[in-house]
Amino acid sequence: MTRWRLILAVVVLAGGFAMTASADPTAQQDRYAYTQLPDARQEAKAQALMQELRCLVCQGQSIADSDADLAGDMRAMVRERIAAGESPDRVRRWLIERYGDYVTYDPPFNWRTAPLWLAPLVLLIAGGWLAARTIRRRRR
Amino acid sequence: MKVRHILLWLPLVLFAVLMIVVATGVIRPNTHAVRSHMTGKPVPAFTLSPMVPGKPGLSTTDFIGHGPRLLNVFGSWCVPCAAEAGELQKLKALGVPVEGVAIRDKPQDVQAFLARYGDPYDRIGDDSRARVQLAMGSSGVPESFLIDGKGRIVLQHIGAIRADDIPGIIAAWKAAQ
Repeated sequence: MTRWRLILAVVVLAGGFAMTASADPTAQQDRYAYTQLPDARQEAKAQALMQELRCLVCQGQSIADSDADLAGDMRAMVRERIAAGESPDRVRRWLIERYGDYVTYDPPFNWRTAPLWLAPLVLLIAGGWLAARTIRRRRR
Repeated sequence: MKVRHILLWLPLVLFAVLMIVVATGVIRPNTHAVRSHMTGKPVPAFTLSPMVPGKPGLSTTDFIGHGPRLLNVFGSWCVPCAAEAGELQKLKALGVPVEGVAIRDKPQDVQAFLARYGDPYDRIGDDSRARVQLAMGSSGVPESFLIDGKGRIVLQHIGAIRADDIPGIIAAWKAAQ
């Protein structure tokens, strides 16, 4: 019985230490870097946007996936702005103004990205035309 | 017949071109520095509280009507920032005013950093949540922005300032007068 009590005491103590460690007041971390917004609909909007924003330090990861400090700050900023009623599109535009199209994984349509958007369409049409021609020739 | 012969080789040629494109992309070292698109634009509006006691904080108004100055984004926790500290002091000695924005930092850590590596800063703003860094289009530390007397960003320097970067910065600073 006393052994069980001892184990219980150790577990409670260890838990207490873990709590104080994570609540270190000197560790400045954004409130919303690792915490979801209370409003589920806003959180869903923020989450969708965060999946499409590039982490600028790690590059190749989205800010939703990254544990970098700057990604945390960006997540917090996205959540705060969405919570304040800003549209995801405006937040994205704000970041593009500062970092260029590179910051978003959803590239906008302009003359530089036009080949990216149009190439699949052009290839599909060309392939269709080629297939149609071959089939027609074979029938003959 | 002749045209068909050429067309027969076309897929191979296209494949070779694609391979060249991919190979050059693989060989080239991945050093994609994200340049700020704020260069040429006014400094975003911000007010940062003082980072260390005895030194004022930093706000946008400090950059308007006081001549061109350097805004240095740094952190006491950042190793290249320590390497850069000596060069910033050289710039300061040459007459370039240097302002600091400390990212995710603590007063005692910044004080220790300044005591150890020297203090080129007129003011240091406490950007604990990197909001000013994001507003400036900066993606890491250290980074420096040269800002003219009207508060317009004229130059972004990514990474630590080294001895051979000084002439270029001085020239840009003189041009911004």
